[in-house]
Amino acid sequence: MQRAYTTGSMTADATTELARSGTDPFPASEVRHGPYAAELARIEDKVLDGARIERDEAELLDARADLPLLGRLADHVRWRLHPHAIVTYIVDRNLNPTNVCVTDCGFCAFYRRPGAEGAYVLSREEIDAKIEETAQQGGRQLLMQGGHHPYLKTDWWCELIAHIRARWPQVNCHALSAPELDHLSKLDKRPVEAVIADLIAAGLGSVPGAGAEILVERVRKIIAPKKTSTERWLEVHRKVHEAGLRSSATMMFGHVETGPERVEHLLRLRELQDATGGFTAFACWLMQPDGVPEESLYPQRGTPVEYLRVQALSRIVLDNVANIQTSYVTQGLDMGQITLRYGCNDFGGTMLEENVVSAAGCFHLAPIQRIERAIERAGFRPRQRNSWYGSVDARHDEHSDGPRGPADAAQARPRAPRAPNAEAR
Amino acid sequence: MITARTHADERLLRHARAAGLGEIAEKVLARERLSIDDGLALYRTQHLHALGALANHVRERLHGDRTYFNVNQHVNYTNLCNKLCKFCAFQRLPGEEGAYWLTPEQAADKIRAQLAHPVTEVHMVAGVWPRIPYSYYLELLRAVKAARPSIHIKAFTMVELDQIAKVAKKPLSEVLPELIEAGLGSCPGGGAEVFSERVRAATYHLKISGDEWLALARQVHRAGLRSNCTMLHGHIETVEERVDHLDRLRKLQDETGGFQTYIPLSFHPENSELAHIEGPSAIDELREIAVARLLLDNVPHVKAYWILLDIPVAQTALSFGADDVDGTVVEEHIYHDAGATTPQRVARDELVRWIERAGRIPVERDTLYNEVWSPRSAGRSAVASPSTA
Repeated sequence: MQRAYTTGSMTADATTELARSGTDPFPASEVRHGPYAAELARIEDKVLDGARIERDEAELLDARADLPLLGRLADHVRWRLHPHAIVTYIVDRNLNPTNVCVTDCGFCAFYRRPGAEGAYVLSREEIDAKIEETAQQGGRQLLMQGGHHPYLKTDWWCELIAHIRARWPQVNCHALSAPELDHLSKLDKRPVEAVIADLIAAGLGSVPGAGAEILVERVRKIIAPKKTSTERWLEVHRKVHEAGLRSSATMMFGHVETGPERVEHLLRLRELQDATGGFTAFACWLMQPDGVPEESLYPQRGTPVEYLRVQALSRIVLDNVANIQTSYVTQGLDMGQITLRYGCNDFGGTMLEENVVSAAGCFHLAPIQRIERAIERAGFRPRQRNSWYGSVDARHDEHSDGPRGPADAAQARPRAPRAPNAEAR
Repeated sequence: MITARTHADERLLRHARAAGLGEIAEKVLARERLSIDDGLALYRTQHLHALGALANHVRERLHGDRTYFNVNQHVNYTNLCNKLCKFCAFQRLPGEEGAYWLTPEQAADKIRAQLAHPVTEVHMVAGVWPRIPYSYYLELLRAVKAARPSIHIKAFTMVELDQIAKVAKKPLSEVLPELIEAGLGSCPGGGAEVFSERVRAATYHLKISGDEWLALARQVHRAGLRSNCTMLHGHIETVEERVDHLDRLRKLQDETGGFQTYIPLSFHPENSELAHIEGPSAIDELREIAVARLLLDNVPHVKAYWILLDIPVAQTALSFGADDVDGTVVEEHIYHDAGATTPQRVARDELVRWIERAGRIPVERDTLYNEVWSPRSAGRSAVASPSTA
């Protein structure tokens, strides 16, 4: 099907058409009595037996399973991969050194064009003050990402990372998403492997999964035509894994993608993970449309249950990614707690600061104590972790040691998910 | 009646057995009543999805995908109250900051302010103050009805009715026909709290007892009015006390059939004397909905009251036994004084959207559950509804 779109901006026609092509609401009660009941039952048994599901099966779950079925299966996979009632989180901060960006994504309320009002590059003093504050609160990680600045090259980042590592060795730099690494490679006019090697030498400890959006070219051409392509995003993560670093993976959905495209995204991640085992975790969230540059062209914000369905589906499909993060920052603490029974075993970062989704009208940060209580009251033990999902919690659990740093983490490859059928929980 | 089991039933049974809830599932499938012990087992199980699946089965057996809402407004006509309940952040004594008492005309003004909106119901509840004369209640009803003759007045909890009969100095059986004549259409379900005498003595000892609440509800039903029923959960009550409460509601319903809807009310601790108690968590709220749907086999509807649950929990609850989400509300004070942060008004289209996005069929109802609008009767588009056109 041909769709009209212009570079860098969706046309209204494309949006309307795409909104129609998305998953239509369907009567949930058909799941057990309608035309797909037998096929859904077969897929249910397959997941309960610990087997991997294929594309057509994932697509049917996405389109036709009801919430109880998705929840039961996601919870089952969660307990199989994490038999202990532990939910992890990391004390961290988002640090966005610059919002200057040349990528012009219409769904982003954070970026500014070079020279535009509100464009910034943080000074070293401002950055240091934020890190010192984070370190004093027991922070273990800096999630550093920013705009694709036309002049900040690899050297600038290496210097920053080396400075941070020297002064705050306990704080890991979880920095530079694949599109940013790709951007640095272009600025430097050299292969991304060389960029990654320099950053690792400077002390980069792990790579965040941002900028994946939906890993389907049709979608990227509409929502982020200037951003790194699907193939390149995956290639950069492969290079990161080959260089010995772990990274995470993400998905931003609820905009112009179709159900089969969400499944395609998950399968591309699963395929790379089969090859490298380098992903530590997966996180997904609904696109937050308030105040973004092309707000009028995007559909309304997706509802909480639509988010919960995709969160559960991701746990079922990504059977080789160990950890699934909840998105309490976009969904709130109530939904964050609920997701712990829909596949999530990690609460992500405490985020002493967040600038990107909060720029799009969405901000639900909660203090650590409230996060811990939400976890406990769902029946789990809250535990602090490092960037590689190793435990750093004083409340010691023998079974949850895990990697202490990037070198350990590179050794700890996930195993194929063929564990015996775990007891239903 | 014995009905043949479908494949879906067999699968549900297998799921429940794996969770240790096989016997309960057998009863649910056979439409048999669950026992007190069954209720305790449901509250205590860690198998949240098995519990949810059983409740969802009953919900879909009763209502399919139909999910009810109405276009309503709340009027809390006074916050003057002498009951001093420890869980309440709404009540005031005369002269206290923020104390108010609306005249019948002021209440009618709130009704008139919404005349441009397709409101079908006003939910009127308030504090209890002995110096409010009987005539006030009659005038209040008449003024509201005069402001919008088509509106259904759902007003006065059992606690308020008890007080109204006292100031009227006559039995409730004589008062109710006069209230009905002045415009009362049905009664809300609040004020039941938890029927346990232990809980009452500790938190709301000045309020009517559980026995009195049930006796008043019986009279309301005998007068020909429908009412709702509730339980305030998540404070100091035990699960045994919760099951007992639901069982007593179930027994009265066997006798009168007058309850339309059960609404679990989450305790919101902020600004109350029990602020040190956390209140139920989101998963507790889902569990509460599910257990109630399974125990209250004779109450037609279970409501996920979005204004106190907020949309994430209310929308999820549509798969845990709830078939109603309440309405558009407009202005709410009782829960907002206790820290609720939900928007006080949800546009009708927004309610329709999140019901549909949960895979359910929205049905706008009037107070007595007559269908006002549904996409099934108005074509597929949720947006082009009569009341927004």
